[in-house]
Amino acid sequence: MSERITKNMARNIYFGGGLFAILVFTGLTFDTVKQIPKLSHDDKITASVALGKKVWENNNCVGCHTIMGEGAYYAPELGNAFQRLGGGDEEVFKTYLAGWMAAQPMDIANRRKMPQFHLTPEQVTNLADFLIWTSRVNNQEWPPNIKG
Amino acid sequence: MKYSSQMVAKPYFIFALILLAGEIVFGLAMGAQYLYGDFLFPAIPFNVLRMVHTNLLIVLLLFGFMGATYYLIPEESERELWSPMLAKLTFWIFAAAGVATILGYLFVPYATLSASLANSFWPTMGREFLEQPTITKVGIVLVVLSYIFNTTMTVIKGRKTTISVILLTGLFGLAFFFLFAFYVPQNLAMDKFFWWFVVHLWVEGTWELILGALLAFVLIKTTGVDREHIDKWLYLIIAMTLISGLAGTGHHFFYIGTPGYWLWIGSIASAAEPIPFFLMILFAFNMSKNRRIQHDNKIALTWAKGTAVVGFLGAGVWGFFHTLAPVNYYTHGTQLTAAHGHLSFFGAYVMICFTLISYAMPILRGRPHGNGPKSQKVELASFWMMVLGMIGLTLALTVAGIMQIEMQRLPDAAHALGFMETQAAISKVYMVRLAFGVMVLLGLLTYFYSFFVKEEKAYA
Ligand code: HEM
Ligand code: HEM
Ligand SMILES: [Fe+2]
Repeated sequence: MSERITKNMARNIYFGGGLFAILVFTGLTFDTVKQIPKLSHDDKITASVALGKKVWENNNCVGCHTIMGEGAYYAPELGNAFQRLGGGDEEVFKTYLAGWMAAQPMDIANRRKMPQFHLTPEQVTNLADFLIWTSRVNNQEWPPNIKG
Repeated sequence: MKYSSQMVAKPYFIFALILLAGEIVFGLAMGAQYLYGDFLFPAIPFNVLRMVHTNLLIVLLLFGFMGATYYLIPEESERELWSPMLAKLTFWIFAAAGVATILGYLFVPYATLSASLANSFWPTMGREFLEQPTITKVGIVLVVLSYIFNTTMTVIKGRKTTISVILLTGLFGLAFFFLFAFYVPQNLAMDKFFWWFVVHLWVEGTWELILGALLAFVLIKTTGVDREHIDKWLYLIIAMTLISGLAGTGHHFFYIGTPGYWLWIGSIASAAEPIPFFLMILFAFNMSKNRRIQHDNKIALTWAKGTAVVGFLGAGVWGFFHTLAPVNYYTHGTQLTAAHGHLSFFGAYVMICFTLISYAMPILRGRPHGNGPKSQKVELASFWMMVLGMIGLTLALTVAGIMQIEMQRLPDAAHALGFMETQAAISKVYMVRLAFGVMVLLGLLTYFYSFFVKEEKAYA
């Protein structure tokens, strides 16, 4: 095939195809940015949810865990932690998370360890609110089951 | 060496190789912690090991690209580098900033780093691959801008070739998309959407332009095929990159709170993403078959062909495995993702750096015909140890991923194993991964040794 294509043709495919691809992708980007607030319930981002995201980032939780399938694969998925660990009940989840964070690292020889982050009770509540909000994002029903 | 300013490439190459050694050592440490949770804990928790590992990768590739550019651009432009001084200066600034950041990761708790002045003012930390403190990110921008400026000035004042213009296009794209690292919206779904503008549009967009240009350069030099022919191939490759890779970003927008049409668009567009990588194989092997000269640096051509093949395996084949939405539903965020990440980054980007280093370093060390046969033999052994080691590591992670999916994802909730139980059940496979990782490290050490091999008699 390459004999019949000249350098000029190849260059035109690059410029034409590239420009087309950029336009399509830009268009889709604008549409996605418009749709995300609704799909993710942007209006439910309270001050606590926003602070919780900061706690998540400032402690690099994503360095061990996935959240909606992205991150590291050392520790469990947390996008659905609210359902898995809190059974979908906000108070239960908050209590569970506070106990969990306080208990780290667990004293089980050679089990993978989660560090002690020394979070304040407010920070843990923020974190819980953030994970609850995340679990309600409309993400095409992922993961396949509750185990994450 | 035709231009004395090409010499500035040397420290970049050497430093990139040192960082690679660091990356692999931290990889092995993680591999061990995967099995023995108390290994290095609490001194260095997993998330710290991981960000050192991946950030070393990114920085070593930037050093590799910079070294390659400073070697290639004077020759393509047929003039000295615009400012060798600037290139030397940015080397030291970038190296010092890089080392300082890694030491910060290792010796300062991450929460303390993220409470630092710049990051409180403009928070950008705590996202995968973009863990660097804001101040480091600003530093990266400045270093990259000075690098692009230097390159652009050289190209403008000298001969403009297809290779140099495409390389520059790739570099501008790299800089542009990195700016999204500074955008951290409070909505996690939006955050994730734009995070991929850095990660995907680097490795499956702008970096592929850089990769194509570097590959083309080494092929011209080692095969003597005329430019018309090389340029045509290069244009076809990067045309397919843009056509498949931009909309192909959609293969990350399946399950993160983005609109449903991405399930289709992402699957279809990204299914075409292996094409440019496959073209690179045809490109390398065709040029090598039609070569006009017999270059004595045979190992450089071996690396070039290897880059095309292993890049295609890692990105094209392993990427395709999980790129269709219905498959990705089960594979998303498993060890299969890690398998693909390893072979693609290694095959495409680490290997293109090796290609340039193997071609250019002998010349920079006063051996225009490449290293002697003994040294090349050692290097060939190191090539196979690293390549087979990485393929073995990838296969092990692939088996781990499939087991993980079978135990944890496929059964219904009542029968599926939990995450930690599944990991325990896979532990033997992680031993195999670790063993192949050691093989990669031994391969790299062998590569280092090839620099010091003494030839028995002088050769011309
Ligand atoms: C040779 C020994 C190596 C070992 C044992 C190793 C091990 C690991 C481990 C355990 C992780 C973390 C996975 C997780 O999050 O659970 C990781 C991540 C990663 N490593 Fe390596 N690594 C090695 C070499 C390399 C090399 C040579 C490269 C690149 C060329 C590389 C690129 C990466 C990347 C890109 C990630 C992130 C993967 C993702 O997010 O999917 N590693 N590695
Ligand atoms: C050299 C080029 C490539 C590199 C360096 C690369 C690297 C990576 C890395 C590191 C990840 C994991 C990101 C994370 O941590 O979340 C990833 C994910 C992914 N890659 Fe690539 N990739 C390349 C090319 C491709 C190609 C050509 C395809 C498709 C044909 C592809 C398909 C995917 C998919 C579908 C995912 C998401 C996996 C998941 O859902 O967990 N990649 N890639
Ligand atoms: Fe991608």
